[in-house]
Amino acid sequence: MYQAIVFLPLLGFLIAAAIAVVGARSLHPGGYPSPDEDHHADPHGHGAPTPHGSHAAVAVSHDEHSHGAHGAHAHDDHHAAEPAAPGSRAAEVVTTVLLFVSMALSWIAFARVGFGGAEVREAIAPWILSGDLKVEWALRVDSLTSVMLVVVTTVSALVHLYSIGYMADDPDRPRFFGYLSLFTFAMLMLVTADNLVQLFFGWEGVGLASYLLIGFWYKKPSACAAAIKAFVVNRVGDFGFMLGIFAVFVMTQAVDFDTVFAQAPSLVGKTIHFLSWDLDALTVICLLLFMGAMGKSAQFLLHTWLPDAMEGPTPVSALIHAATMVTAGVFMVARLSPLFELAPVALAVVTFIGATTALFAATIGLVQNDIKRIVAYSTCSQLGYMFVAMGVGAYSVGMYHLFTHAFFKALLFLGSGSVIVAMHHEQDIRMMGGLRRKIPFTYFMMLVGTLALTGFPLTAGYFSKDAIIESAFASEHAGHNPMALYAFVCTVAAAALTSFYSWRLVFKTFHGEPHDRHHYDKAHESPLAMLIPLGVLAAGSILAGLPFKNAFAGEGVKEFFRNSLVVGDILEEMHHVPATVVYLPTVMMVGGFLVAWLFYIKAPSIPRALARGLKPIYLFLLNKWYFDELYDAIFVRPAMWLGRTLWKQGDGAVIDGLGPDGISARVIDVTRNVVRLQTGYLYHYAFAMLIGVSALVTWFMIWGAR
Amino acid sequence: MTSWPVLSVTTFLPLLGAILIMLLRAEDDSVKRNARWIALWTTVITFAVSLVMVWRFDPGSPEFQFVEKQPWLAGTISYHVGVDGISLPFVILTTALMPLCIVASWKPIQRRVKEYMIAFLVLETMMVGTFAALDVVVFYLFFEGGLIPMFLIIGVWGGPRRVYASFKFFLYTLLGSVLMLLAIMAMYGNAGTTDIPTLLEHDFPRSLQTWAWLAFFASFAVKMPMWPVHTWLPDAHVEAPTAGSVILAAILLKMGGYGFLRFSIPMFPDASEFFAPMVFVLSVVAIVYTSLVALMQEDVKKLIAYSSVAHMGFVTMGIFTGNTQGVAGSVFQMISHGIVSGALFLCVGVIYDRMHTREIAAYGGLVNRMPVYATIFMIFTLANVGLPGTSGFIGEFLTLMGAFRVNTWVAFFASFGIILSACYALWLYRKVVFGALEKPSLAAIRDVEPREIAIFAPLIVLTIWFGVYPKPVIDMSAASVTALVQSYQEAIRTAAARDGASEAAAATAAKIAASKTAAALGH
Repeated sequence: MYQAIVFLPLLGFLIAAAIAVVGARSLHPGGYPSPDEDHHADPHGHGAPTPHGSHAAVAVSHDEHSHGAHGAHAHDDHHAAEPAAPGSRAAEVVTTVLLFVSMALSWIAFARVGFGGAEVREAIAPWILSGDLKVEWALRVDSLTSVMLVVVTTVSALVHLYSIGYMADDPDRPRFFGYLSLFTFAMLMLVTADNLVQLFFGWEGVGLASYLLIGFWYKKPSACAAAIKAFVVNRVGDFGFMLGIFAVFVMTQAVDFDTVFAQAPSLVGKTIHFLSWDLDALTVICLLLFMGAMGKSAQFLLHTWLPDAMEGPTPVSALIHAATMVTAGVFMVARLSPLFELAPVALAVVTFIGATTALFAATIGLVQNDIKRIVAYSTCSQLGYMFVAMGVGAYSVGMYHLFTHAFFKALLFLGSGSVIVAMHHEQDIRMMGGLRRKIPFTYFMMLVGTLALTGFPLTAGYFSKDAIIESAFASEHAGHNPMALYAFVCTVAAAALTSFYSWRLVFKTFHGEPHDRHHYDKAHESPLAMLIPLGVLAAGSILAGLPFKNAFAGEGVKEFFRNSLVVGDILEEMHHVPATVVYLPTVMMVGGFLVAWLFYIKAPSIPRALARGLKPIYLFLLNKWYFDELYDAIFVRPAMWLGRTLWKQGDGAVIDGLGPDGISARVIDVTRNVVRLQTGYLYHYAFAMLIGVSALVTWFMIWGAR
Repeated sequence: MTSWPVLSVTTFLPLLGAILIMLLRAEDDSVKRNARWIALWTTVITFAVSLVMVWRFDPGSPEFQFVEKQPWLAGTISYHVGVDGISLPFVILTTALMPLCIVASWKPIQRRVKEYMIAFLVLETMMVGTFAALDVVVFYLFFEGGLIPMFLIIGVWGGPRRVYASFKFFLYTLLGSVLMLLAIMAMYGNAGTTDIPTLLEHDFPRSLQTWAWLAFFASFAVKMPMWPVHTWLPDAHVEAPTAGSVILAAILLKMGGYGFLRFSIPMFPDASEFFAPMVFVLSVVAIVYTSLVALMQEDVKKLIAYSSVAHMGFVTMGIFTGNTQGVAGSVFQMISHGIVSGALFLCVGVIYDRMHTREIAAYGGLVNRMPVYATIFMIFTLANVGLPGTSGFIGEFLTLMGAFRVNTWVAFFASFGIILSACYALWLYRKVVFGALEKPSLAAIRDVEPREIAIFAPLIVLTIWFGVYPKPVIDMSAASVTALVQSYQEAIRTAAARDGASEAAAATAAKIAASKTAAALGH
């Protein structure tokens, strides 16, 4: 069953990829232009896209006429530039059905493993066996994994369904659904990993899928740039992750979790010679591994790729850049909690980074105007919350927020997608307004998502977010973690900001007067395939809270998670925080709401005046703290300058200049001069001989006589 | 023992094919066709024969297998060949890639087809012979003999600056070889034999080790190529015809790494240990430096050539870690790089044959008209980046792990390679394949034809197979690698003990040796 959960999406990917490649092949036949053929091919090539219109039409009517009809019906107002790829409908149906099967099995697994306690480890095949290094392909399903299985497959299945509606006009659907399934497979490999290397496989696999999906619309230069940026920034994190794996192996001679965790207590106090220093082994290991988590979860300093990743189609943002992939870092820390728990310094760093991100991303979210980017910064900020929970040792609470966040953040993204479709791919909230009259269902769904995100009582976010803030306070109270107070302050402040920017988004999008009449008049509610996932996720945004509170943050944690993560004393202490702390986030939430209401409903002139009055701060936030510019100046430009210098000066002038080119030039010089010596005049030769003889005689007179 | 000399057949069958082609007269179309078919059949049969060796090879034994020995010259030099777990993968890689190279040259080469095929077949004999030789002189002959056909392939069928490139290639490699010849003579003078298995047992004095190591290093470092003697490679690649680039990147470069594993490490262990820090520095510089240079290239082939140098940096680093993961990773990395970089050069060949330019700026948006090509190129780009699940990952991971055990600084800096490789490879892919197809010159370009798909299909299968299930390659070399690492560690230990008896600095040396041994627990 567990193999089916993981490999059904892979099967879907392979089928969709085959359909995509074969379909593309039928539109673009292969060929080899020999000189005479070139001529022949010319009439083909007048303006690349148009001529195969005819081909494509033939192909479509052959393979998928039912689909062609559908596309024309649903979006008669949208003129697709290209016809759909052959087999689009088949690819959609196959991948989506397989994902739903996988989802159903995951919920069964959740019940069986999480609440039934039937943990399993299924070995599949050996992978890398070299000397004492043993890495196997294996599936490990415990409670922690089962939570992730449910999150990943549920959101993925809903996003597949949603995409059938959202991507209906896109000509490249087989490729899109293939990528979605590939992502799901990689993510499932990540969460079922039994060892660090397989975790890394899934880790890079989701990075690949993210790269492919961000760059899905490859004709847009901005999408290509964002895709590369995402991959490269993640690689910076993976750089640390890899070194962390090596450090683990050097210290424990193993990379599989069971052996490593069993040895972890014996590593306390041991040092590792890293670079030039002897450092505490567990601290080094955890910090290196955490670097990977920072990259994947877009934490402060390595967050720059996430907002740009919004170049990808919106369902991708919901699945990858909100609900699942970006939470992989949180999952990793939870998975490795037996190591982190023993490395207090590393935990303090995790807390600090998480708290900083929570506040920092929220400040940027305040002023952004792109609907998806606001949600993206919100994601970044919420991930910070989860890391705070991890940092203070409340791992299950962090997982709780991961679980609930997956539902309401996917809901917000998919809702935004519905808005974007309604607005004809306009994403600027300044151009929206008053949409609640046009798309009431989407509006209502977005309200649910916003309430859950801001922590409105009894929604899912209320339980999980408040639990994090309480755990930060409890940790400060118990004095475990030097960063706990900082984390508490940051998360409480961020709660107010979250409420503000979330309501700002809702008010500017759905309330007030429309700013773009043309788009407003044409706005329409999305097709059913998109609305059903919204409804399901909205239900999840409410129901994921209270029913699971006991298992994630209550008395039942130990019973639910067992040994899959560390359950510390902090969970007990959390229940004894003062009532003011419990109510504080709610107060903040109401405060943020009121300010947003004041700014965008009651007195819309205030924000404009504020932006004018505090222009430097406004620009600072609008430009995302100038991180992109900073990195460009200190990393990108120097690297390019260095590359060019090393190439032109290093390889060209120095190595070749002193090496082959220089030597050959000298040889030519010498021969030229030697040639010049051969004058042909007898007295020249006689003179040279005379000098030679006298030199020889001198030599012998001085040194030879002894 | 085998009933028929399978190794010699593998080695000399291509030569037989070359003679057959030589017998063809005139230069009309039928001769061209016949030359191609003869070359293809010869290489295919050679590959089939070499597979017999895989079938019969005993991976559990570190000994040389399929050994043949015939007295040859002056009573000391004999025709002695055989393969172990380290050389067999390279033999198979050679025989497997040759048919693909012949097919890749099917249409692009229209001039002097006969001579071209002869050059390739002779080259195959030389390459297989290099990996199979068990006599230093035989090794030297094959090693150097391979230069000539490659020199001709670049110089005759190459691009506009082919003469400059071929001479640069020839002079660089020849300079190194001359020093190696001197070292071989010195080794003969000391050990009284040129037989490799005997030399492997021989205990060379330390002073000779140092000089012989340096002489061999000069030759192998140029071949690898290591920084800073790498500048011949980009020029040679740029000018060579596609199949020439493939062989150059996939196999000729591996001769350097193979040489380190066959000679430097087992025969001169003390010197290897002494010079290891220098090799680490050069490797790390190669990885970082050439990756940065690759970032700025304007020529597709040059970019891939520089990335080759960077990947070879992982190999040299892994070899001189002297532990199991490092050495096994190096062997794997060489095989994987043979497949992946060969495929990448074939990818460049596909568009070069169509557009006759290698300038990156001349392309863009190819995915719009060449979706299958885009898919193929993507797979190999990712393998080049070292994505887990492709063969590129295994080698990088193992060599870095080996390095981390010996020196964390080395692993730290070398790991920058995984960031930079993502930068240049994805940037290249974006510039060539992604984007809108706007250039009018590309409007009529057509996707890969069945012949080209047939070339890429086996390479794709191998790239992913070895990435997911690398066991066949790792197991084939495991016993030999383990034996090599053990004897190396043993030699260092005894040398340290000897020093300890004679010198006052005993304590430190023994400590170093002990820590090295501890670092190489991998057997």
